[in-house]
Amino acid sequence: MDAITQLQSRTWPAEGAARVPFWVYSDQNVYGREQERIFSGPNWSYVALEAEIPNPYDFIRANIGDKPVVVTRDGNGSVNVFANHCAHRGVVFCRHARGNAQRFICPYHQWTYDSTGMLVAMPFRRGYKGKGGMDPEFKLQEHGAEALKVAVRNGVIFASFDFAVPPLEDFLGPKMLGYFDRVFDGRELEILGYMRQRIPCNWKFMFENIKDPYHASVLHVFLITFGLFRLDQRSAVEMDETGRHAALISRKGEQMINEATLEMANFREDLKLNDPRLIEPAREFPGDATVVMQTIFPNVIVQQQSNTLAMRQMVTRGPHAFDLNWTFFGFKDDTPELRQRRIRQANLMGPAGLVSVDDSEVLALSQEGAEVFPDTDAVLEMGGRSTADTDHMVTEAGVRAFYKHYMEVMGFDHAG
Amino acid sequence: MTMLVEAQPQASVAPMASLQELHFEIERLNSEYARVLDSERFEEFPELFVEDCLYRVVPRENHLLGLPIAVIHCESKGMIKDRVNAARESTMAEPRTLRHFITNTRILESGDEVIRAEANVLVVQTMINRMTEIVLSGFYLDRIVRSGDRLRFKERLCIYDSLLLPTSLIAPV
Repeated sequence: MDAITQLQSRTWPAEGAARVPFWVYSDQNVYGREQERIFSGPNWSYVALEAEIPNPYDFIRANIGDKPVVVTRDGNGSVNVFANHCAHRGVVFCRHARGNAQRFICPYHQWTYDSTGMLVAMPFRRGYKGKGGMDPEFKLQEHGAEALKVAVRNGVIFASFDFAVPPLEDFLGPKMLGYFDRVFDGRELEILGYMRQRIPCNWKFMFENIKDPYHASVLHVFLITFGLFRLDQRSAVEMDETGRHAALISRKGEQMINEATLEMANFREDLKLNDPRLIEPAREFPGDATVVMQTIFPNVIVQQQSNTLAMRQMVTRGPHAFDLNWTFFGFKDDTPELRQRRIRQANLMGPAGLVSVDDSEVLALSQEGAEVFPDTDAVLEMGGRSTADTDHMVTEAGVRAFYKHYMEVMGFDHAG
Repeated sequence: MTMLVEAQPQASVAPMASLQELHFEIERLNSEYARVLDSERFEEFPELFVEDCLYRVVPRENHLLGLPIAVIHCESKGMIKDRVNAARESTMAEPRTLRHFITNTRILESGDEVIRAEANVLVVQTMINRMTEIVLSGFYLDRIVRSGDRLRFKERLCIYDSLLLPTSLIAPV
């Protein structure tokens, strides 16, 4: 069976988005179609923050799906994104993670690109002593590095390989745009640092994890015990029209016992912090939500957990692994005290995060179980089978909404 | 950009014999540090630090760019206690055995109050169903003081080169 036939023979279970067949996490052909239709399709992928390239000719590398790109600020101050893929022989020509450069020279044959990705020079274009060289008809301007469409909103840079992508604001929809602008309100950002980890699991498990508030109230001892995120607090799950983006919204409570904690086997009344500064939040955003975790399809999670703010960018590494690149930030006008809170609270996040470690570990275990049982299905029925917004967290509606959209984009019809 | 990694040892006021002794004492502190972590004697770990201390595990890119975020950031002995308690009590993690290799100890400055030193570190882990793998490689940048009858850390930075950590880091390194 060739790859296409094999993929066409895949049928989604009759229950629709209330089931997820485990082959979506391990099938190389599914992965190939995701790269084509999702990461290279008409979607906006997060690539960088403007604060990472503040000056003319600054650049930084990023990935969309598994494809490497370069994000630059050109001499006019505009942001450009182009494929890190030489138009000649395909070489990943930008080798530094970040820097400042007016020219990018491919090391192989020295094809030279400017900061917008235009091909501007190459050695021996006219040959040597009348011999060889490029065809006289060869035009440099037709052979630049592949340019991507770029959108910048309040300091955040998105890019798309597909120029038919709708405007960023329409892509996010009004509700998700509201949560986005809540954090990115136009104030100048300050980069506070990076963390990076490779997790041996399919990228969708990560995305689902931040659309699933149900797990947070049972898995995360730290969150439950210190009342940072619990399903007995006033909370909500909201999606955009398509279901691809979502926001989990919660309010901080106390370390308290009630009928909900009886269901939380991991609640630990006996745990106390020696230095409570670790989790002391300061209110900084309008409204009373203390946590908003937003998944922006297809590749980023915007984290606002108390005072720790981060972009969590996912880079796919085949169906079996992805890299999670965390960019922590604050605002230029932060007081030194607030900045210090952000640094302290980052202890909860990242590869050594007092909370995030549980997720990374469980994600690896999810993959271990999923890839060897491709023909069984995950059951997603917490909160029924609805994909609508909820005013509580005892639900998997966000995950179902995501799979409803995923099935459409990927062309998977369900049986029955 | 601070390139402390390139710092040269300064002329010491101490005579050679006591410098050798100090070198040996620092190596003994590092061995103790490795033993405590490798054998998961987490309750002993905070005692390797003085009360008012700083312990951070920092990706090298943040260190070089002068960015303040660390994957582990403890600015008091209390926070170190909370970190090791969490590793033991509140973290869901696959069981693993860690081993630290601390080498190339170098005294940068042996002042009367504070000794500045560095050392290379390699940490490997062994888990069920997996080959032994490298967690990180990097170096320690330390400020060490004499407290009671022994040396303790006033400040320990673990600056790691391995930007991509494999899945997660559970305990201090």
